[in-house]
Amino acid sequence: MVTATAARERAYSVAATVADPEIPVLGIADLGGGGGGQVDESDRVTVTITPTYSGCPAMDAIRTDVEKALHDNGFSEVSVRTVLSPAWTTDWMTDTGRRALADYGIAPPSPRREGGPVALALSVRCPQCGSPDTREVSRFGSTACKSLWVCTDCREPFDHFKSL
Amino acid sequence: MSHPTTSLAGAPFASGGLVSAHDSAGTPTSGPADRASLAVYALRLGDDALVLAQRLGEWVASAPQIEEDIALGNIGLDLLGQARTLLAYAGETEGAGRSEDDLAYVREERAFVNVQLVEQPNGDFAVSMARQLYFSTYQFALYERLQHSADATLGGVAEKAVKEVAYHRDHATQWVLRLGDGTDESHRRMQDGLARMWPFVAELFEADDLVRALATGGVAVDPSTLRAEWDAYVDAVLAEATLARPTSTWTARGGRRGIHSQPFGFLLAELQHLHRSHPGASW
Repeated sequence: MVTATAARERAYSVAATVADPEIPVLGIADLGGGGGGQVDESDRVTVTITPTYSGCPAMDAIRTDVEKALHDNGFSEVSVRTVLSPAWTTDWMTDTGRRALADYGIAPPSPRREGGPVALALSVRCPQCGSPDTREVSRFGSTACKSLWVCTDCREPFDHFKSL
Repeated sequence: MSHPTTSLAGAPFASGGLVSAHDSAGTPTSGPADRASLAVYALRLGDDALVLAQRLGEWVASAPQIEEDIALGNIGLDLLGQARTLLAYAGETEGAGRSEDDLAYVREERAFVNVQLVEQPNGDFAVSMARQLYFSTYQFALYERLQHSADATLGGVAEKAVKEVAYHRDHATQWVLRLGDGTDESHRRMQDGLARMWPFVAELFEADDLVRALATGGVAVDPSTLRAEWDAYVDAVLAEATLARPTSTWTARGGRRGIHSQPFGFLLAELQHLHRSHPGASW
């Protein structure tokens, strides 16, 4: 018999390792603010997750993966709830998450610019060669959360996790 | 882990603001009628998002550039995400057991309550960008206020979506500037696109008793209060793009009452046919 706190920490550490299916180097905890969780006396787990974008198609996969990971680790009753508020922002992403993105070839998000509705990245470094000499090709990229860039120095195209 | 969990899926009718506002006005407090109104309001916003998502999806694989296939697909995906939450909430608030899929796939044309702007055919790229500028400017102003709704679910949807819609509005703005202040041909077609979508603008700002009552309770936003902000933004974009504000005065009406334009039936047929051909199918 473990205490409720220990059970909660164990459940969190299991859920935290579930990877974003579209960016497999990121655990959902790396996205930051990655929801809350509760474990009651009977080891029933409630996990709360929040989408990066309203239409994020990875949400269903993440929900299923969280349930499965917890089941596999001995939690028999698991429910996953989705909440929208407070709205997720790239500012919540952890430093570990940002480094993992860059190592994977995706330029991490810049801090959001205050005062303007659309967050503009002033300088995005190429994740391949490190050059700051890059340009935005399209504000909408391979997934809802990314924009498409190209490096003027090494000529490689790359994804940028855009600020939200 | 640290931020508070907010119950959205099972949120009760957000009664705090509504009850106190109505009490002070001496009018009845929340009851079945209020819930029915709330369901209709959520359905209106959800239908706007769903129908425009469907139209934008038609561009995928036929936009002028591959980047634009992706951009319009992504904007549609954001709208579809908003639509899913709003339709699910409308069904739950209505209390008749209808799911988001029931509402999207088995309602008849006259039961859809979207504005007519979002159902208009894509036309050429300039027509689609005019439609997007008009709609995203409206939706941005709406969500900016709706995020403070007394209803936690509507507020949550708006708080989340307003940041996405800022990107949509910016995208449409960039194209209107580029086409308007581009070549003679692009200028002519952008001006034409603006004119063709113009008759569908006024309907965005029409209020009826239902929305006014919800707005009084702090649940909804009275759309007529958004017009000045919309005009200021759109006029500034048009001026910079060397384009003229259209002057036609005929306006379409009736989308909120289920009156739709002729192309809408074809859109619905494409949206619904798979579900209707294979009811209850899943994978």
